[in-house]
Amino acid sequence: MDFALTPDQQAFRERVRAWLEANVPPEWTSLGSTEVPRAAAYELIRRWQGKLFEGGFIGVTWPREYGGQGLTFVEEMILHEEMALQKAPPILNILGVGMAGPTIIAYGTEEQKKRYPAKILSCEEIWCQGYSEPNSGSDLASLQTRAVKDGDHYVINGQKVWTSLAHVADWMMLLARTDPSAPRHKGLTYFLLDMHAPGVTVKPLKQITGDAEFNEVFFDNVRVHERQVLGEVNSGWAVGVTTLMFERLALGFGLQARLRIALESLLDMARRVEKTGRAVTKDPVMRQKLAQLWIDTEALKYTGARGVTRLLRGELPGPEASAGKMGWVETNQRLQEIAMEIEGPYSQLAKGSDRAIDGGVWQYGFLRSRANSIEGGTTDILKNIIAERVLGLPRLR
Amino acid sequence: MYFDLTDEQQAIKSTANGFLASRFKSERVREIAASDSGFDEAGWREMAELGWAGLALPEEWGGQGLGIVDLAVLFEEMGYALAPSPLLSNTIAGLALAVAGSDEQRERWLRPLAAGELRGAPALLDAGSSAVPLRFELEGEQTGDGLVLNGEKTLVMDAASADFFLVATADGRRHIVERDADGVTVKPEESIDLTRRLSSIKLDGVTVAPENTLPGAAADYLPVFHRACVALAAESTGVAQRALEMSVAYAKDRQQFGRPIGAYQAVSHRCAQMLLETENSRSAVYGAAWAADAEPESLPLAASMAKAYAADAGWRVPDMAIQVHGGIGFTWEHDLHFFLKRGRANAASFGDAKWHRERVADAVLAGETAPASA
Repeated sequence: MDFALTPDQQAFRERVRAWLEANVPPEWTSLGSTEVPRAAAYELIRRWQGKLFEGGFIGVTWPREYGGQGLTFVEEMILHEEMALQKAPPILNILGVGMAGPTIIAYGTEEQKKRYPAKILSCEEIWCQGYSEPNSGSDLASLQTRAVKDGDHYVINGQKVWTSLAHVADWMMLLARTDPSAPRHKGLTYFLLDMHAPGVTVKPLKQITGDAEFNEVFFDNVRVHERQVLGEVNSGWAVGVTTLMFERLALGFGLQARLRIALESLLDMARRVEKTGRAVTKDPVMRQKLAQLWIDTEALKYTGARGVTRLLRGELPGPEASAGKMGWVETNQRLQEIAMEIEGPYSQLAKGSDRAIDGGVWQYGFLRSRANSIEGGTTDILKNIIAERVLGLPRLR
Repeated sequence: MYFDLTDEQQAIKSTANGFLASRFKSERVREIAASDSGFDEAGWREMAELGWAGLALPEEWGGQGLGIVDLAVLFEEMGYALAPSPLLSNTIAGLALAVAGSDEQRERWLRPLAAGELRGAPALLDAGSSAVPLRFELEGEQTGDGLVLNGEKTLVMDAASADFFLVATADGRRHIVERDADGVTVKPEESIDLTRRLSSIKLDGVTVAPENTLPGAAADYLPVFHRACVALAAESTGVAQRALEMSVAYAKDRQQFGRPIGAYQAVSHRCAQMLLETENSRSAVYGAAWAADAEPESLPLAASMAKAYAADAGWRVPDMAIQVHGGIGFTWEHDLHFFLKRGRANAASFGDAKWHRERVADAVLAGETAPASA
């Protein structure tokens, strides 16, 4: 059991560290650990992702011929650790990099693999994910957006909801129903949809944070060429499930990095704040809570390392992978709650108020983190998956 | 990077699992738990033959010379089987002699200990004190014959089956005191955990000859303490793992309202939560065990993290298991209470979760800890 790096891996770490030291934008103050960045920061982090691409520090595990670096999950881990150490900004095209790209590389035709992944990495084209619908959330397989064959095109009608980044996206990973007569899971097809096609309408949805990071997307007779199908027609469920698996894997590293950044920021804030005349860091109850946060974050790090080791051995992720996402959600939400607790009555003040602590970033983080246990699979569903697929318990439905 | 068990460690795990499963079935564990001594001589012999008494002790003194990761693997299996045995206290005593004893002491005591021929147990906490880890109150009185000890140690694991104790004095030193020495009275305590007996040891004018005082100073025992924390945390992880498996098996089997109860989310989600805590506990233990072998400067913090996490998980998971089992989980006849009690006892030994979290807070809030270095 070791964390030993090969000389090449050590050299990679040094290269990453030096590059980050030289390139992390000084005007970025990274706080909070959201996966989907705030609108106000889009331009900065779009440019940041472009820089990462030029430096060769994105798509680290993707094949070189499709724009990646052809390295392993060890390098991915190193990259995210170093980004956490340097408090680097997140990337804008998180859905493209985390989900669309790997899925296209796994299922795409050569033409698709040459067309899309590189522009995902450079952030030239931003991606969103068209899965959930008003009547199909946790029960995704019940989705109803229709794709009807018309010559060498499909005609899309329907609606998606909770579509993060749709308002800035160029492309969508779209799951639509191509065969309503087939069993639910077997009549779905995965499309690579041009968001600028006629008939696509995006309407922002305001969140409790006050931002509108996600949207409703309406399809009114949108025409998609059959070459935009990813994988086989009517095999969209399998492709979609792969996307979700990649999400858990790839986002896992990013989430850990963001959690580490948020934790360091929280400790920094805790050292500065006083409550009833005493530094918070001297309060025994707060010390216990902060220590437990640290412990949980470290445990997640080791759980992630165990997961990576299995991947390197060519095995599918084991139970430790499910533990990872759930652990991140629980820890991050608690972290944000503790931040509010530390701020005391000033926790009521938001950005824009002179007296808001740290520019109101923790208020935002607390509110935004309420979605962590819902997005990307609710914790209730995740627990079902753990219970059924990992523990082998019977299904109710 | 390879953060998982090696093939050799997997072999230790499966050998231990197989041996303990056949040697310490439920009936046998109960039998030993109900016995006067709580000690299984034959089982100990077999463990000694497997090399377990000296697993992580230096080869130079007859041990196997393996690392703390290997030790953690073994202790997780010990917790999983809940095999009653003085292996933990013996291991801690052995580690103390290895790191702080003189060569003569190691020859006289450590070598037979590593072979399983003599059993040692640490006697640390003072009766009547608040039992703060690493803080000792017993003062010895220096006489012509040696150091004379008058006092009482309590919460001593496996005292009745030990051949000698390592008694801690206020100056942080340890002294070898044989169980049948003049002035030593072992008084068994009623502890909730019947699978690991606790005793108080009265010391009435017990004379420690100079050659029986270990040369080590207080600070020399810290690495032993941290390794004890890792072993306990590993054991608690095994306890949790067993409780989880029992719950899953029960939830698949027990039917109510026409279905296995595991189909109901209140039950299945509880089992999922148990899995998460067990896996994270294991991760924290691996991290600390790795640090002991590869990055000793990280061990103090890592050991406290593992101990804190496992302290909670070690009793919480069996507690949730009892809930899954319903009424039957609350009976003496069902095995779960043994696991709950071991988990709870471990939580209270060698520093509870709160104590270890405070140490983590110390390190982390002073900004002494560098973030992830791996």
